[in-house]
Amino acid sequence: MIPKSGDRFSDKIMLETTTARQRISRGFGMKKILTSLALLGLVLAGNGAATTGAIAQEEAHNEAAPTHFPIHKPKEMDWSFAGPFGTYDKAQLQRGLKVYKEVCAACHSMKLVAFRTLEDLGYSEAQVKALAAEYTINDGPNDAGDMFDRPGIPSDHFPAPFPNEQAAAAANGGAAPPDMSLLAKARGVERGFPRFVFDIFTQYAQGGPDYIHSLLTGYDEQPPEGMEIPEGTHYNPYFMAGVSLKMPNPLSDDQVTYDDGSPQTVDQYSRDVSAFLMWAAEPHLEDRKKTGFRVLVFLLLFGALVYLTKRKVWAGVAH
Amino acid sequence: MSEGHSTYTPKTGIGRWFDARMPLPRLVYDSFVAYPVPRNLNYAWTFGGILSIMLAAQILTGIVLAMHYAADSTLAFDSVEKIMRDVNSGWLLRYLHSNGASFFFVAVYIHIFRGLYYGSYKAPRELLWILGCIIYLLMMATGFMGYVLPWGQMSFWGATVITGFFSAIPLVGDWIQQLLLGGFAVDTPTLNRFFSLHYLLPFMIAGVVVLHIWALHVVGQSNPTGIEVKSKTDIVAFTPYATIKDAFGMIVFLFVFAYFVFYLPNFLGHPDNYTVADPLKTPAHIVPEWYFLPFYAILRAITFNIGPINSKLGGVLAMFGSIAMLFLVPWLDTSKVRSAVYRPWYKLFFWLFVIDAVLLGWLGSQPAEGSYVFMAQMATLFYFAFFLVALPVLGLIETPRRLPNSITEAVLEKNKGGGGGHPASATAAPETKG
Repeated sequence: MIPKSGDRFSDKIMLETTTARQRISRGFGMKKILTSLALLGLVLAGNGAATTGAIAQEEAHNEAAPTHFPIHKPKEMDWSFAGPFGTYDKAQLQRGLKVYKEVCAACHSMKLVAFRTLEDLGYSEAQVKALAAEYTINDGPNDAGDMFDRPGIPSDHFPAPFPNEQAAAAANGGAAPPDMSLLAKARGVERGFPRFVFDIFTQYAQGGPDYIHSLLTGYDEQPPEGMEIPEGTHYNPYFMAGVSLKMPNPLSDDQVTYDDGSPQTVDQYSRDVSAFLMWAAEPHLEDRKKTGFRVLVFLLLFGALVYLTKRKVWAGVAH
Repeated sequence: MSEGHSTYTPKTGIGRWFDARMPLPRLVYDSFVAYPVPRNLNYAWTFGGILSIMLAAQILTGIVLAMHYAADSTLAFDSVEKIMRDVNSGWLLRYLHSNGASFFFVAVYIHIFRGLYYGSYKAPRELLWILGCIIYLLMMATGFMGYVLPWGQMSFWGATVITGFFSAIPLVGDWIQQLLLGGFAVDTPTLNRFFSLHYLLPFMIAGVVVLHIWALHVVGQSNPTGIEVKSKTDIVAFTPYATIKDAFGMIVFLFVFAYFVFYLPNFLGHPDNYTVADPLKTPAHIVPEWYFLPFYAILRAITFNIGPINSKLGGVLAMFGSIAMLFLVPWLDTSKVRSAVYRPWYKLFFWLFVIDAVLLGWLGSQPAEGSYVFMAQMATLFYFAFFLVALPVLGLIETPRRLPNSITEAVLEKNKGGGGGHPASATAAPETKG
């Protein structure tokens, strides 16, 4: 049942095409104008992009006074928790916890992490209890209205090294060391175009631990000649907010004793503590990736079935 | 569709009882089963259904999240972290909700661009289009306020910057800003009212969605040819034809959504929002969520004074103007032909507009300095030129390609030319199938 041409609608169209044909001579010139307009937009945009590139190059040459940070992009490491099937390496997390406890915890709090969650690292309930008991927690008030100290229990969180933020700032040259609970998700150097597009397909989500590892291993590098390093700060080309930071190099070889025979190097410490901080920031990562795989497989199978059904339903209908 | 055409016949006693008293099943049947849709709808038309699903998902996850959230500047950040760590499947709910907002906008942008490409806003669908624009505005308000709730650095500073726009309005600006903030700066009163409104607005969206669908069911769907339905061969029944196609589109969309939720849950967010809000520490670059970036670029592109209008007010006017353009589209487009398929020049300008919008988005994420400013100004100029020059002028001077006489003719032509599979069944009336 195809409607015959000649109804009112098609007549109207015919009419339009005729008048349009009459305009053709004019349209020819118009075509040129339109093309040039369209091209103009693209050329302008292109020019802008080229200038930006030039500026970036110019800046790169003046090494002593960089304006964009970090000076070096973070090094991309192999992490056990990367990719669709990534899992935490429990031995590594335990080593990272040791580094945190013996080094970082002197200045950095980790107040969102409860001792009970350390069972994720492979510790038994008794081990977690013992670990919590190593800490003194200020609690209260008791029935007499006094605050008191007691040993930690698994439901406690890691106590902060300073009583408040002001005290932390005062003891650290004016800036309080950041809380470490979410550090691995709160730090990330901008990836830039086109890398952020590739990141979707490679599932790159390790910007935080890459950054922390690079920063911790970046203190050895010497500043370029002529660069001014503000007093009381330490040069680190991986620091994302300037040429130098207040935190001195916290790690040295053989500083923390490992029981499992892993190398006691700054690089290894940095990897381990970065992995541990990733766990602290995202404790349900393994669960998330495992669930995700099941969800995607389900959607794939369900989608295939629905697609076949759709084909069958539409088989008799040209569309 | 409209009353009087109902083919619903209740099969059970209970059905007849209901139908005589409150014909809700009849309404559902007429709207989602018998409702006729053009046979040539492509997958770009599945986004309406996808958006409904996303709205429902956002409301469901949001209601559960609200049970665990505390709207107080001293508690908000930690309450969100409690959801992430201690609430059963809290991480999943929260990642679904935060990424759901992004994908809601992905879907709405595809939906809007589809409307622009196929001229879906043209008579008699102007009101349908405007209702859609209102939904989009409400979505923007909801998305913005939702981003403030986790009380991270970008929440706080984004809210500070965006509420600051209102102070640019002459005479009443400061008063409006203080009304929004509940004080002189972003703080607990701001968080409280934003939380209240963030909970309210989605239901207002749902209300306007009902109107949007109502208007749609009065005028019927447009289609890739832009030719109105003329005969029964042009249409198929919503169920099973559109339902199954929509279902497949939804599953593909949900697949991409799930990929982000489970593997890249923080890809579309900003790392700074995992640092608790600090009114004394301004982040190096304050950027809004990605779906606002083109408008942010337009806001910052106005760096000069225009007569009595200073650059700040100018930027705000340009930004709101860029959204206002959408409302005017039905009257800016002078073309008699709906679909870009038959409009070679409009098609070119449409795609340039898409590139321009993406470019503006990228510029919005870059610092407003150096050549970025100039690029943003050029891109802004093109943005407005598309609406104010290209749409009216192209309709007058463009020579459209020959239009087929009907949807059916277009479909048969396409299947003949493209060697499309089933020549024998192609002519069969769809009513006889399924």
